[in-house]
Amino acid sequence: MKELLLIIVPLAGAALAAAWPSDRTRPWLLPGVGGVHVLLSFWLLFHPPAIAPGAWFGFDPLARAVLPAVSLLFLVCSAYSVPYLRLRAERSNRVFVASLLAVLGLLSAGHQARHLGFLWIATEAVTLACVPLLHFNGTARAFEATWKYLLVGGTGIALSLLGSFCLGYASLRGGGSGDLTFASLIGQGVGLSRPWTLAAWVLLLAGYGTKMGLAPMHTWKPDAYGEAPGIVGAMLAGGVTTVAFTAVLRVRAVVAAAGAGAIADRTLLAIGLFSMVVAAVFLLGTRDFKRMLAYSSVEHMGILAIGAALGPAGAFAALFHVWSNSLTKGSLFLSAGNVRRAAGARSADEVAGMMQVTPRSAALFVTGMFAVTACPPFGPFFSELRVVQAAFEAHRPGAAILFLGCLLFAFFGLTRLVFAIVDGRPRVASRAAGRRFPETLQVVIPPALLLLLSLWLGLATPAVLQNAWSGAVAQLFPSS
Amino acid sequence: MITALNLLIGLTMGLNLLALGSSRVPSLIMAVSVQGMALGVMPFLVEPHLEWMVALVAVGTIAMKGFVIPALLRRAMRTANVDREVEPAIGFVPSLLLGAGGTIAAVALAHALPLLPEHSGSLLVPGAGASVLTGFVLLIGRSKAISQVCGYLILENGIYLFGLLLIRATPMLVEAGILLDITVGIFVIGIIVDRIQRAFDSLDTRKLTVLRE
Repeated sequence: MKELLLIIVPLAGAALAAAWPSDRTRPWLLPGVGGVHVLLSFWLLFHPPAIAPGAWFGFDPLARAVLPAVSLLFLVCSAYSVPYLRLRAERSNRVFVASLLAVLGLLSAGHQARHLGFLWIATEAVTLACVPLLHFNGTARAFEATWKYLLVGGTGIALSLLGSFCLGYASLRGGGSGDLTFASLIGQGVGLSRPWTLAAWVLLLAGYGTKMGLAPMHTWKPDAYGEAPGIVGAMLAGGVTTVAFTAVLRVRAVVAAAGAGAIADRTLLAIGLFSMVVAAVFLLGTRDFKRMLAYSSVEHMGILAIGAALGPAGAFAALFHVWSNSLTKGSLFLSAGNVRRAAGARSADEVAGMMQVTPRSAALFVTGMFAVTACPPFGPFFSELRVVQAAFEAHRPGAAILFLGCLLFAFFGLTRLVFAIVDGRPRVASRAAGRRFPETLQVVIPPALLLLLSLWLGLATPAVLQNAWSGAVAQLFPSS
Repeated sequence: MITALNLLIGLTMGLNLLALGSSRVPSLIMAVSVQGMALGVMPFLVEPHLEWMVALVAVGTIAMKGFVIPALLRRAMRTANVDREVEPAIGFVPSLLLGAGGTIAAVALAHALPLLPEHSGSLLVPGAGASVLTGFVLLIGRSKAISQVCGYLILENGIYLFGLLLIRATPMLVEAGILLDITVGIFVIGIIVDRIQRAFDSLDTRKLTVLRE
């Protein structure tokens, strides 16, 4: 029952937040619920429950390998949100807090969904619950970003529904019952009708790939990440994209069981490499440091897709990378939020010298940038190293070389922009805004904590996590 | 049964073309609304043994797609005080040609995919494909936010048509959840349309160009 509490507690918290009378005390619900969620998910990480065979939801090995990372990220972001929402006291936070809690509950449901239909319902609901978070700032630009997010994201999610139906019809046509639980679909194996399975794979990859932000379906991402508050960006990049990635992994396992695993792997590899190339090109060109984070996220989604395409070793590396990406990217979004508030602008044309205005956040931002570009000894270095190893083991040296080349160009792009922002002499406008939004310890500790977690993940990857990732790989690749 | 169903699907495909050819927003909304009602009737024809959950979903679909959502769109149009021209980015004749070509392609595609014997005489798969393509043409080829929402609705109607193939297999709870999600989605889109109108003083999405590389 504890696994269902992961869904129920945040949703109940969201209802409570919607009814809570005081704007001043309401944000405290976020760390409260986040704390309970972390306790529950880590308890389940250490004591994995048994799964009922036909269950629609369950804390299965894949959920165990990923969900605690989202939970941890949410707790740290919620700790940051209390001082953040105090800074934004001019507007009501009722909808914001309720939506953020609903997102956590629905993400837990999506990660644990063992039925294609419920997976879709949860993902669509997450998409909708994010909408009020995106336009929290209430500017015209924020509404423009929200519109693009809704239109692109809605179309993607509609395609994944069509894909889910195609997979159901593949089962019916193959003589099955049309039962959409992953266990029964995998059980039917090569009995699934091949043309329908392939159609389903294309549609589901396009649909959930849109949610992940794989190129060329990534166009909503820079706008949404650029306009949303830092916490929302962190949750989108570390939580919402993860649920879409687990969806892709689950569907890939079905397609592989149906005997089309090689085709699935080739498409994943191609789309992953394409995402990395697109991200590297745009990272070299962008002048806005919040949009930069979005392109960096596109790059890391590409890495996940490549990992998923490279067999058991690659999937292990991808799950490792889910953790290191969530924690590191979270730290970057929060420190970028601090810098952005104090600077009063987001483009390298208007911002410079933030090392003098917000020294601690700028230092965290620079360190986080090195962490996310895979500098040792942070988590991303080790997970990306494993992806490269898996590529060579799978006899795909060309992919490995392209991968490393993209990482190098992304590194150039990120360092170019980050140092343009932190170095130099601060602008007059930034000095005034910096006095209005001084960096207190409350907004510096959460990103620092996430960075420390990423460091710990790289230096001493806990055995229980390695065990969880191996368990998930065994679930995804039952034959090997 | 199958003839009555095919007749309704034929009506749906005709309404797709009507939607592509309408030059005024109210007639576009009307096409979407009639299409929604036609879809709502279909479960009664597909499923001879009527279960109460099927009936509930069917009635819910008629109410939502036929009345509530079109009323919301009309209200948004009135309060936003938009002029009623559709303002196509892809002209009406090219849109119609695309729609007709898409319909033919959908029929051809349905022949290429293997179907169960009981579905081989029905137009469900071509109808679904044609509606999805029509939805895409409207999403890309219209510049008013409300017209794009109508395109999105037609896209979802296509997926609904395809879902009818699985009506016996999927648990009704799933269907109900999907319907609920889509309805909430349209409500949310409606709210954002309203905010865009206030922020930009227009519903022309061609003005949403601040954010770009």
